[in-house]
Amino acid sequence: MSPLLEFDNVTLSFGGLVAVDRLSFTVENGEVFAIVGPNGAGKSTAFNLISRFYDPVEGKIRLAGDDLVQHPSHDLAGLGVARTFQNIELFDQATVLENLLIGRHRFRKSNLLTEIAFTPFVRDQERQHRHAVEEVIDFLDLQPYREKRIAGLPYGVRKVVELGRALATKPRLLLLDEPASGLSVEETRDMAYWIEDIKKQMGITVLMVEHDMHLVSSVSDRVLAMADGHKLALGTPDEVQSHPAVLEAYLGAGDTADREAAE
Amino acid sequence: MRVVFKTSYDHDIGMFRHRAQATWYVLLLTGVLALPLLLGSFLIGEMTNMLIWAIAGMGLMILVGQTGQASLGHAAFLAIGAYANVILQQRAGLPFLVSFPLAGLIAGAAGVLLAIPTTRLHGIYLAIATLAVSILVEDFIVIAEPLTGGVGGMFAADITIFGYAINRYINPDAFYWLTLAVTLLVVYFYRNLLRSPLGRAFAAVRDSEISAQAMGVNVPRTKALAFGLSTGITGLAGALMGHYSGVITHENFTVIISIQMLLMIVIGGLGTIHGAFFGAMVVVFLPQALSFLRDWVSGMTGGGSVAISGLETAVFAMILIAFILFEPMGIYGRWLKIRTYFELFPFYRKNMFRRQKSYLKTERMR
Ligand SMILES: Nc1ncnc2c1ncn2[C@@H]1O[C@H](COP(=O)(O)OP(=O)(O)OP(=O)(O)O)[C@@H](O)[C@H]1O
Ligand SMILES: [Mg+2]
Repeated sequence: MSPLLEFDNVTLSFGGLVAVDRLSFTVENGEVFAIVGPNGAGKSTAFNLISRFYDPVEGKIRLAGDDLVQHPSHDLAGLGVARTFQNIELFDQATVLENLLIGRHRFRKSNLLTEIAFTPFVRDQERQHRHAVEEVIDFLDLQPYREKRIAGLPYGVRKVVELGRALATKPRLLLLDEPASGLSVEETRDMAYWIEDIKKQMGITVLMVEHDMHLVSSVSDRVLAMADGHKLALGTPDEVQSHPAVLEAYLGAGDTADREAAE
Repeated sequence: MRVVFKTSYDHDIGMFRHRAQATWYVLLLTGVLALPLLLGSFLIGEMTNMLIWAIAGMGLMILVGQTGQASLGHAAFLAIGAYANVILQQRAGLPFLVSFPLAGLIAGAAGVLLAIPTTRLHGIYLAIATLAVSILVEDFIVIAEPLTGGVGGMFAADITIFGYAINRYINPDAFYWLTLAVTLLVVYFYRNLLRSPLGRAFAAVRDSEISAQAMGVNVPRTKALAFGLSTGITGLAGALMGHYSGVITHENFTVIISIQMLLMIVIGGLGTIHGAFFGAMVVVFLPQALSFLRDWVSGMTGGGSVAISGLETAVFAMILIAFILFEPMGIYGRWLKIRTYFELFPFYRKNMFRRQKSYLKTERMR
């Protein structure tokens, strides 16, 4: 069986800058796969490639064996790929409930005419959407914020709402771009529990970018470390953290030399 | 403040928040239905005018308030609706009941056509493109004399519905009720849209195109639909406007009207149905109030009538600036505050509606 997600020698450059450089890796069904790397390594760009915001210059990205190039970016939700954004992209003037309901857009069966007439079919569909969204609200403890506008919510809550919106699409593959950045210690711990549950209870495969190595090693099965667009190391969290190339990229060549001298 | 206990999802899906709200709207509906019994024909005419502008405003509101796309060209679609309606009646001999919806469809189709090349544009660029359309249509009306009557314009015949003639001067009440019926229909459709997936997709496009896309919203298509719906409704208003004024010329649909429509919905309150109505009231009744005031002043001073040209526009602009500075949520926003004040009396806090400072969005994609 083909892996759920496959990067096959993918390259993307912005002008002269090669943001993703002949990158290859696979994400297997049911795992939590983390990408780590210093700022500007190309992690978010890899996500944006999966979301089809950019066309790769070279190489192929496959979802369950299906070449993604043939799909426009609004197809991805329908294919079972949901994501969050590094800088939170919620619908700020809408309520939490409405944001989550937009996650259900891929299940829309009604059209303009039935909706403006609000036929019984549309009403029934709304009930089902609402039911599905309430499950997400319960899962993430968002009850107190249901009717609140995003524009007035604290940062930590927005992060959770964005996770909820992605879950509302009932994805197969969930892309989380720095789910814990800017969160407090408690909020990060909640996030770790949720990621575990998303994997174990919901059976969703998670691909995440994260700088918090503690979170990464506690939830992920495999880790890809990258720098300057290319792969440094791939393996279990422990393997990657102790890989010489990774240590070098994080601490800089000078630091490693200093440490070796000290030893 | 009222606490609403909800016992089923239908409470949120329903039209009204609670029983009392529904009661208020039923009372309001009864009031507006009975209005011709209370008002004379002049005021009923003004009310009709207000409703027509409210329909036009709701059309623009769908695009600007709901979908976040700018338009400085909506007078063009008023014109398309007005001319299509009259031309279909005169040239094709169609009855009002057919020409009227067709006029809306034609204006809607024109909006979709405009959307196809412009959906990639944002903000000021989109505003300029739509402004250009407004100017083009105005010129086209003048040039296409065989079709539109050129500078002379066209006469709009009386509306006839199954042989019953409706004319603004002969039976203003019937004209009012007809316009009211169209208004209510548009409000009903608009309200349904807001509680449906498409309405949420509009909001998604407005607030973040990039994540709308990631949620499976086809952004260009959604924008085209918003344009089509918006211009279609505005076209219906245009058709009614034609019958209301009896004669239509390019001067009824200048760029100034386009701008005025945008100001109208901003003053009324962006993104709400109420806002379209409040804005229309300002547009229609402000000139009345000003001329009343002017007569009063000249009566006091004993002099002849003081005619200050451009006074209306200046006052309008001043009101707009005041709203942008002090009440960006428009008249409807102010109304909500006043209502909350009374509901909570004496516990209202001054900064209750102050928006929490939103964090800076740095490093946004694209
Ligand atoms: N749209 C763009 N146009 C031009 N350059 C870009 C664009 N997006 C990203 N880049 C560049 O590509 C490189 C990789 O950026 P990317 O956002 O993928 O990094 P990242 O690994 O997510 O880093 P961070 O940890 O800071 O989020 C950076 O040098 C960045 O400046
Ligand atoms: Mg990033």
